[in-house]
Amino acid sequence: MQLRNPKDFWSGVMFAVIGFAFAIIVKLYEYPMGTASRMGPGYFPFVLGNTLGVLGLVILLKSLLTRGERVSALAWRPIVWILGAVVVFGLTVKLIGLALAIIVLVLISAFGGHEFKLREQLIAGVVLSIGSIAVFVYGLKLPFPIWPSFFG
Amino acid sequence: MEALLSNLALGFSVAFTPEALLYCLIGCLLGTLIGVLPGIGPVATIAMLLPATFTLAPELSLIMLAGIYYGAQYGGSTTAILVNIPGESSSVVTALDGYQMARRGKAGTALGIAALGSFFAGCVATLLLAAAAPPLAQIAFKFGPAEYFSLMTLGLIAAVVLAHGSVIKAIGMILLGLLLGLVGTDVNSGMARFNFSIPELSDGIGFVAVAMGVFGFAEIIKNLEQGEEREIFVNKVGRLLPSIQDMKEAFPAVLRGTGLGSLLGILPGGGAVLASFSAYTLEKKIAKDSSQFGKGDIRGVAAPESANNAAAQTSFIPLLTLGIPPNPVMALMVGAMIIQGIQPGPQVMSEKPQLFWGMIVSMWIGNLMLVILNLPLIGMWIKLLTVPYRLLYPAILVFCCIGVYSLSNSPFDVVITAGFGLVGYLFLKLDCEPAPLLLGFILGPMMEENLRRAMLLSRGDPLTFVTRPLSATLLAISLLLLIIIMLPAIRKKREEAFVED
Repeated sequence: MQLRNPKDFWSGVMFAVIGFAFAIIVKLYEYPMGTASRMGPGYFPFVLGNTLGVLGLVILLKSLLTRGERVSALAWRPIVWILGAVVVFGLTVKLIGLALAIIVLVLISAFGGHEFKLREQLIAGVVLSIGSIAVFVYGLKLPFPIWPSFFG
Repeated sequence: MEALLSNLALGFSVAFTPEALLYCLIGCLLGTLIGVLPGIGPVATIAMLLPATFTLAPELSLIMLAGIYYGAQYGGSTTAILVNIPGESSSVVTALDGYQMARRGKAGTALGIAALGSFFAGCVATLLLAAAAPPLAQIAFKFGPAEYFSLMTLGLIAAVVLAHGSVIKAIGMILLGLLLGLVGTDVNSGMARFNFSIPELSDGIGFVAVAMGVFGFAEIIKNLEQGEEREIFVNKVGRLLPSIQDMKEAFPAVLRGTGLGSLLGILPGGGAVLASFSAYTLEKKIAKDSSQFGKGDIRGVAAPESANNAAAQTSFIPLLTLGIPPNPVMALMVGAMIIQGIQPGPQVMSEKPQLFWGMIVSMWIGNLMLVILNLPLIGMWIKLLTVPYRLLYPAILVFCCIGVYSLSNSPFDVVITAGFGLVGYLFLKLDCEPAPLLLGFILGPMMEENLRRAMLLSRGDPLTFVTRPLSATLLAISLLLLIIIMLPAIRKKREEAFVED
């Protein structure tokens, strides 16, 4: 079957799945519901989750009756390299220190762009690294290790 | 009147210290910088800088963060006029006539009128803020939990109405935001919810992570997807000071823009973007000869630029008097205040007068700084525009990563932010507006808290929301708004208002 309004259809699916998931989790983990006058931790999320779920279904059904735009293809290249670079930074900065982590971040994220110029990105990485350490570590005293921990 | 003067005097005594002036200047410069650069907005910048303000005094950090917001409104117009790309979403309409003026060799005049109009609007809106805040805060003291719940409902509904795009999807985004806001420990029972036994999640999802992922990373991915095309049009900026003739033509537009912007800024869900769009539409509607709009009419620059700056200032009113953020930037300001140990709300004014009035006065000083600094510095901003995006986005990423990581010094927040980057990108793909999500996210716990308290006070009777007059009024307005927006005629109008032609 051809979807007539894919953007709305998938939005509806997203809202329905997330909404009902919240409601199901409330039941599954047995968060106490309480009463209307003494609401437990499960009450508000359960009501909200179901509301969102139903709303999602409405959007989904409505999308079958209207015509709308297609969802354009996902740009996997920037998604993978940009978000990957961020995750790598988060996981390694304590180990390899801020100086190196910034250069790595810049180099990995550069693959997400349209052209990769190693020299240019290396220079950018080094400049950003020195600048950020000066501002954030020495200036604002944020507690980052500068050098790799295995250097002592 | 006397009280106002003595309050302003107190504000001047705070805002005129060398330190306060310095941070105001830093905020304004940073704001202009990110305003000039397309692809990074005030939400991501403020989120990025929040950790850096931990160690500052509360006044200083709020003065700086406020400067970023209204500074961005100034900077955004520069890019719009010179490059025909809005540096900020609020200067989309400025590009229409501003760029045309630049092509006719009147770039300087356009920049000048944008700056002067913004300054005028900033002054008026700041005065309005100073005058309107105390009485509003008095009303807010009468609010009980039921009123607060209804007020937040109104705020969220207004956010839906004023957001562009599908109303029903915007409601979905709000509900989603509310739910995400509930992740973490429940204040009443101390029970951890939706944390899946991950210890970091029992404190809830950090709003910086959400804001930066959805507004920062997602934006970068989208920009990279579109590819780089930026053509800078600066053969000659020309003289900056508008001629008397220009001034005469522009002044009424500045006045109207200021009025409309101030009003729309106060409304929940409003803010700079909506203000500039509406001001432009209004000018076009009432102009005797509207044939020049889109071809370099000075009114098309003056009105939206005044409006967006006025709105940026007055959107502080609901935040400072009611503790309720009307837009995502203000939602981040709530976060900044909470980090500093200040509970936003009407009591800020009476308990921390030096913070409240210092901030207001600093806004006026900041506006003055922006006019004085930015006109001569325009050459420097133009240079910055020549930095290609492939060098710019790694820098944005670096600052974002440092900002998120230092929230709790753990990799966890960074990974979560990356996750929200992906989610935010999917939202963009599905035409789901992220701004209502962030508002819901901030208001989620507050709404639950007030709902519970209201229901406890009424012994479980939900009628409490409609039998209390103030609460009933607020809910009635929300309902009315929803009905109006669903009417087909209005719906069409609303779509028109957001279309740039």
